Formats: sequence, C-alpha cells, structure tokens
Amino acid sequence: MGSQVAPALGRDVEGAAPSVIIKTEDLWKTYDMGAIQVNALCGVSFQIERGEYVAIMGPSGSGKSTLMNLIGCLDTPTRGEYWLNGRRVSELTDDELAYIRNKEIGFVFQTFNLLSRATALHNVELPLIYNGTPAAERRARAEEALRTVELGDRMEHKPNELSGGQRQRVAIARALVNRPSIILADEPTGNLDTATGDEIMALFDRLNASGNTIVLVTHEHDIAARARRIIHIRDGKVARDEKTGR
Amino acid sequence: MMNAFRRHIRENLWLALDTLRTHKFRSFLTILGVLIGTTTVIAVASIFAGLDQEVADAARDFGTRTLFIFKWDPGIHVGRLTREERLRTPLTYEDGMGLKEDCPDVEDVAVETFIWWGSPPVLKYRGSQVLHYNFVGATPSDFRVVNDSLSDGRLFTDVDDIHKRDVAVIGADIVSRLFPNEDPIGKQITVGSNTFKVVGTLGKRKAFPGDSGTDRVVKIPYHTFKKFYPNEKENFIVAMAFEGRLDEARDEVESVLRRRRHDKPNASDSFGISSAEALIHQFEQLIGTVVLVTLVISSIGLLVGGIGVMNIMLVSITERTREIGVRKAIGAHRSDITWQFLLEAMTLTGAGGILGILVGFGASFLIRALDVLPSAVPLWSVFVGFAVAVGIGLFFGLWPAIKASRLDPIVALRYE
Ligand SMILES: Nc1ncnc2c1ncn2[C@@H]1O[C@H](COP(=O)(O)OP(=O)(O)O)[C@@H](O)[C@H]1O
Ligand SMILES: [Mg+2]
Repeated sequence: MGSQVAPALGRDVEGAAPSVIIKTEDLWKTYDMGAIQVNALCGVSFQIERGEYVAIMGPSGSGKSTLMNLIGCLDTPTRGEYWLNGRRVSELTDDELAYIRNKEIGFVFQTFNLLSRATALHNVELPLIYNGTPAAERRARAEEALRTVELGDRMEHKPNELSGGQRQRVAIARALVNRPSIILADEPTGNLDTATGDEIMALFDRLNASGNTIVLVTHEHDIAARARRIIHIRDGKVARDEKTGR
Repeated sequence: MMNAFRRHIRENLWLALDTLRTHKFRSFLTILGVLIGTTTVIAVASIFAGLDQEVADAARDFGTRTLFIFKWDPGIHVGRLTREERLRTPLTYEDGMGLKEDCPDVEDVAVETFIWWGSPPVLKYRGSQVLHYNFVGATPSDFRVVNDSLSDGRLFTDVDDIHKRDVAVIGADIVSRLFPNEDPIGKQITVGSNTFKVVGTLGKRKAFPGDSGTDRVVKIPYHTFKKFYPNEKENFIVAMAFEGRLDEARDEVESVLRRRRHDKPNASDSFGISSAEALIHQFEQLIGTVVLVTLVISSIGLLVGGIGVMNIMLVSITERTREIGVRKAIGAHRSDITWQFLLEAMTLTGAGGILGILVGFGASFLIRALDVLPSAVPLWSVFVGFAVAVGIGLFFGLWPAIKASRLDPIVALRYE
C-alpha cells in the first residue's frame, strides 16, 4: 500500500498516446432496491477522444449522473466494460483508482462538495496533498489554479464566505490543480444563476481551448450548444450522439 | 501505509486539532477518562518514587553494613502476629554482647532499650515540653553503629554508662523545640521525674517518610536507663559488619542467636534480622503491589476513555461521511483516510494524556507543598503516561478509522 506505481497511462508514453481517452462498452448500472430493481443505465457504449468537448444531455432521472460517476471512477458498473486511457478500469486496484481520481480526472460536482472547514486555498491544495507534492510547490500551484479561476483575492475565504459561483470556481480550481487530462462536470451550473453560469461556462471553454478533454452534464440547450458534441441520454440509453456546428 | 502517514502527518495533525477546536466540549468529555487514567499513573508513580527515594535514603543513612535485630522482623508488618511470635522472649543485653564476642565478621554492636508500652514520660525544659519523642537507652557504641553524627558537645561514653550517669544526648528536633534560642549543652532536662544533663546534640538525620521521630530523640546511657526503668525488658540490637562482610556477619549472627536462644534445629528463627537493603527491598515489594493495583484502576479509566474515543470517532466519521466521500473523490487512498482518523483519535487521547500529565504534576506538587508525603514525578511515568494515552487512541481509533477508509466514494458522497 502507499507505493504509487504510475499506471501505464498513454499520456506518459509520448507518441503512443491513444486518441481515444474514454471508451465504454455496454455499460449497465442496476440499483437493487429490494423489491424492485432500477436500471439506471442499460447498455451505454461510446468513445471520447482526447481534447473533445462533450455535453451529456437528457431529462432528469435518465442516468446522466450515474454515467458520470462511472466515468469518474467513483462507482463501478453492474455490467459492461470501461477503458480509461487504454486501461480496463475493472482491473484496477483500490490504490490505482485513487491515483486516477487524483491525477487523471478532475471532477466538478453540481453541489460543489468543498470541505466547509477549510479555506479556498486549502480546498484546492487537497488533491496535491494526496499525491505528496511538497508544501511550497503545493501552495504555489493552488494559488495559480485559484488565479486561473479569477479567485486570487479570495484564497483565505471559507466556502460559507463565498457566493455560489465563487464556490463552483474553487471546485473547478481544485479539479484543475493536478492538471488532469479529463475534466468531468456534472451539472456544474445547475445551482447557479444564468449570469454566473455563463462565467463558469466561459471558463470551461477556455480550458478546452487549452487542450483539456471536457465532459459535462447539463440539461440546458444553450449550455450544451457550447460543446462540440452532444450525447443525448434517455432511460439509461444513448438516444442520440450529435456533432454541433462549432 | 507508513508513507501515507509521513506524507500527511502535518495535514492530519492540523485536521485533528481543528476537530478538537470545533468540538471542544465533546472532546473534553471524551478525553476525561484518559485524563483521569494518566493523572492516576503520574500521581501514584510520583508519590511512590518519592517514598522510595526517601526510604532508601533513610535506610542507607543507618549504614549499608548494619544489621537490625529484634525478636520480631524489623521493618514493615502486614497482618497479625502468630502465636509463636507473640510468645517470643525479649533479646537481652547479653545477646548483644555475645554477638560482639562470637561473630568474627561483626565489628561492633549496639543495644538499645526503650519503654515498651505506651509513650515515654513527658520531656520538659523550663516551660516547654515535648510529648511524642523517642526515649532510648543505648550503649555508647550506638552512635557509631547507627551512624549518628555529633552536632555539639560530646557523646556519652562507657564511663558514663558504667557509672550510670544522668546524662543525655538529644536529637536536632528536640534542640529546636526546647532550646530555640539557647545553648542546650549543660542544661538540665527532665524526663518524667528524672533529670538529665544534656552533654551533646546530634545532627539532622534523613527521615523515613511519615516518621517525624528520627530527630526527636533523647538518648541516655544503657545502664542509666536500666537504673530508672528496671522492668523494661525489650532490647533492639544493631550490629555493624566489617566492610563488605554483611552477608557473612548475618549468618554468624543468626547461628549465634539460635544457639543462645535454644531454637530447635528444625524450627525457624525466634528473632528477626534485617538490613538497610532488606528494608528497601521489602518496601519496594510493597510498592510493587500498590503500583499494580493502581495500574488496574487507571486501566479501567483508560478503557472507559478508549471506548469513549471509539464512540466519538464513530460519530465523527458518520457526521463527516460526505467529507470522506469528497476526499476519496479527489484521490485520497484508503491509507490516507485511515491515518487521518487514527491521528485524530491519537491527538484526542494524546491531548488527554498531556492534560493528565499536567494535572498529575500539579497533584504531585500539591502533595509535596502540603508536606503530606514526599513526591517526585519520575520521568518514565511521563513517557509511559503519554505513550499509553496515545496508544489508547491508536487501539480504539483503529476500527473506526478502517471503517471510514472502506467507505465507497459514491455512497459517501450521496450520504445525507
Ligand atoms: N443510489 C441510488 N439508489 C437507487 N436508485 C438510484 C440511485 N442513484 C440513482 N438512482 C436512480 O437511477 C436513475 C438515474 O439517476 P441519475 O443518474 O441520478 O439521473 P440524472 O442524473 O440523469 O438525473 C434514477 O431513476 C434514479 O432514481
Ligand atoms: Mg444528475
């Protein structure tokens, strides 16, 4: 335990990087509720390539969050396979999964999920603490990430001293700080007003422009329209997979 | 696992202290058991370390080559005397002289006699009087044998003894009580209805704990004592062995006395022999028993504290399920979560331990300041107290911490 053997992620092998970064095959997720069984996902298959900007759309309860949690290695499918950067996730150990959640994926939640007792800076430092980054570098990188989301002047604030938009930007800074190859965002603007939501979306646009792969869940068309590809989910299945004009 | 510990010790200590800060009252209640346990350990250890030191000093003050001989075992008595013990005849002056005669390894012998029943007659000088003191008739060899030092004047001699002169040598405490601003040498003191001339005073001795009588002593020549109190039969014999010959001297004393007292070959000694080392050893055994009892009592306190810690950790983990989810979602390993909560538990009980050590020091200081008992906190008890407190956190925090580390990230994140 504790020894962090870097998984042989494609990104580390220059030149051999597979262009497919996410590949799912017939993913099923069934919640066993005792008397009834809820099929949240019923055979979802798709591929996402490096650098893509994908929106996942669908009505409430269609299985979007379930899918995101699987992609983010937070949950395991009942059936089906998922390859991340060419590695079969079902084969990974607990420690390897922790490593991936830390280094490969930046997850942005609808409800922010910040530590309420910690300052913005400390919240952003946290992923770096978990991979043993030295204190000085940690602080510098956390500050840089906060400046990227234009919160350079709010570093010592606790979440309850920040507005909703600011909190979400702290959460995004936290997702960015380890320079992950994939950013996953589950309704990142869902709890924000339109203007603040637009700011956050502008941030994602910039991140994608600088090379990040972005997958975000939304049920607002104008937000989805910012992505270059929209995957429509309905009743746990991919209903439509379309390229936008962008 | 250890890597994770080292990686995050600062972060985790910070977290642990933060939890302590935010839940002051709850934390305090929880660590109370640990505090009481540690305090008990420290306080009791300090009292006994103090006692031990004093007993050793006082016993050694009589000399490490001295044998104390009485019809019963000198030293600490536990329980009642047996019938055989109650029927033992007193040792005699002649026994003492015989030892000096017949034991080649005994350099010198002193015989002391005293009033067996009740307290000695009132000691008076002019208006002042002393009620509780030791009134001893001693052979002149006594001073040397029991390592008395002369402070002023002279000691009484064989001539004083043979002529049964009414002279006395008094202890430092008697001097300060009867002669606070006066030279005692040459003054007449009365003991009951008899008058004695003070010829000398003794230096201060190291006292046994709780015994204030060491320096509160009036010594008169053995035969002078016999002249006034012919009915007192009990004698206490002190034999001084030649340097390095204590064990041999002891064997000789035993066989000579057995012969003199006609002890049957298969019967045990009808008398007791002790030495400074034996007294110290005897006392240390007594301490050992008491320490064991204390340890049991304090373990109960620590156990209660430990269960409290386990409880608070389980509550804390339940309350912070979402936090654990967040941490796992951003890449915390199982070992990170385990260490976070283990360190929190250890900080909690460690804080209890530190408080307990401080209270223990306070108690020890009070005991010493109020002069109840000698007391000194031994360094080992501080380390043991702290280590045990932290160990309690480690032990009782382990299960909750492992439980926390096993939480599924998504389940933890969804927890309401
Ligand atoms: N932990 C769970 N236990 C039982 N059912 C669940 C659980 N999580 C989600 N579901 C069900 O799975 C379906 C998909 O949910 P979700 O992925 O949250 O949808 P969306 O994010 O698209 O609104 C819903 O019917 C929901 O009730
Ligand atoms: Mg959802």
